[in-house]
Amino acid sequence: MLCRAAVRGLLPAGSCRRVAAVRAAHMGQTDLHDEKSLEKPELRPLYMDVQATSPLDPRVLDRMLPYLVNYYGNPHSRTHAYGWESEKAMEKAREQVASLIGADPREIIFTSGATESNNVAIKGVARFYKSRKKHIITTQTEHKCVLDSCRSLEAEGFQVSYLPVQKNGLLDLKVLEKAIQPDTSLVSVMTVNNEIGVTQPVADIGYLCSSRKVFFHTDAAQAVGKIKLNVNQMKIDLMSISGHKIYGPKGVGALYVRRRPRIRLEPLISGGGQERGLRSGTVPTPLAVGIGAACEVSQQELEYDHKRISYLSQRLVKNIMNNIPEVVLNGDPEQRYPGCINLSFAYVEGESLLMALKDVALSSGSACTSASLEPSYVLRAIGADEDLAHSSIRFGIGRFTTEEEVDYTVNKCIQEVKRLREMSPLWEMVQDGIDLKSIQWTQH
Amino acid sequence: MSSSSRALVLNLYKVLLRESQKFNSYNYRTYAIRRVRDAFREKKNVGDVHEIQSLIHRARENLQIIQRQVTIGQLYTADKLIIESSGNQ
Repeated sequence: MLCRAAVRGLLPAGSCRRVAAVRAAHMGQTDLHDEKSLEKPELRPLYMDVQATSPLDPRVLDRMLPYLVNYYGNPHSRTHAYGWESEKAMEKAREQVASLIGADPREIIFTSGATESNNVAIKGVARFYKSRKKHIITTQTEHKCVLDSCRSLEAEGFQVSYLPVQKNGLLDLKVLEKAIQPDTSLVSVMTVNNEIGVTQPVADIGYLCSSRKVFFHTDAAQAVGKIKLNVNQMKIDLMSISGHKIYGPKGVGALYVRRRPRIRLEPLISGGGQERGLRSGTVPTPLAVGIGAACEVSQQELEYDHKRISYLSQRLVKNIMNNIPEVVLNGDPEQRYPGCINLSFAYVEGESLLMALKDVALSSGSACTSASLEPSYVLRAIGADEDLAHSSIRFGIGRFTTEEEVDYTVNKCIQEVKRLREMSPLWEMVQDGIDLKSIQWTQH
Repeated sequence: MSSSSRALVLNLYKVLLRESQKFNSYNYRTYAIRRVRDAFREKKNVGDVHEIQSLIHRARENLQIIQRQVTIGQLYTADKLIIESSGNQ
């Protein structure tokens, strides 16, 4: 609470002009709550932000613990049993990751997370083929680490096309086809968007890229283990995977790199030549075992989880939509992963709603940008109005979410949106039939 | 299913539920109970002896995982969730 207020204090007044009064009223109220809570035992908020990170599955922790306790050998040590047992565990984990995406274990390299995987894939391919190919294609709604990798390549002299997406958040294949040049080396399009949950037509993009002899990378951090993916059926050449988005440990990820036809990469990290020379540095055995176990559990539970998450997701969206007018679901209503729901509550500022919903851990977008009050660039890229982009909240439903949690969140949400709207002069004007777009706001 | 293996399966089911109930964390507890129930319901019509054997084996493995993880959860506790206060649990 304090932290949020502090962040806010540092920002220029103009960025939050509309709700300053609302916020002041609200802050007074929460302070009262805080005083009361001193007498009662602390209660933790519900967790509804699984896109940021997911809790560790107990089955995963169970597999990891032996490698944090007794089996501490360096998996690259070839001269003794400590090394061999760790190596065996690491290779089993590699098989588990490969099996989930229909790959060969030799095509998986362990990294520190999806951010590193994305960096290696994009910079690695671009730099390796730079003598002949200098063009890269991505979309405007990619994760920050993809966009930033591309920015740094631009500084090195590469040309990057940041393709716009349609209003529903999906990439138009015709736009992609037109953007491919003879010197395009790589197309990078994410599978499931981390903010609005839409699933890009990955298989179609894969076929298009392979027919045009362009490598295709997909950031599947939010998709692996949640929807069915097969790198061969979808013609994916490189795929980034994250451990902590699939109920595995933080600090580990994987990169799939196709062997046939072989994709060459320039490594980012030089050293002992581990992971086929693509990623030097000792593989952290417990974390590798963790991501392997998380992949195995996800593979077993994929259908069960998906069915349940779809049910909870429908329950959440339906109950909110039925009880609050003027709520917009951002992104395509059909082509989406149901566990990521991004709603815009018109005439309510997202940040005030987040503060009002302090009993529920939610976010207005990605965790990486949650410190800034800027509206999400993803929502702006899908053409959401500035005010709707400011009023968005992302609801994340995962394996461990319960019906009670969904209902609690829905009820709180209905209650708080109504309360905030009652305080809002804008809402009052809309109720009186005034078109807000026709008003000339004076400069602040 | 023979009556002896029927009793065995029922007993495993009861023990799994009883142990799952001991999870300190609200989310792990509710998930474990739900998952055990749904798994037994889903497989209730399995007649193949070998498949029953392998399912029993898996259930026993999971029981051990639950028991170990319940212990860990009891060693490192966290405050209760807001939802557990208002007579929900």
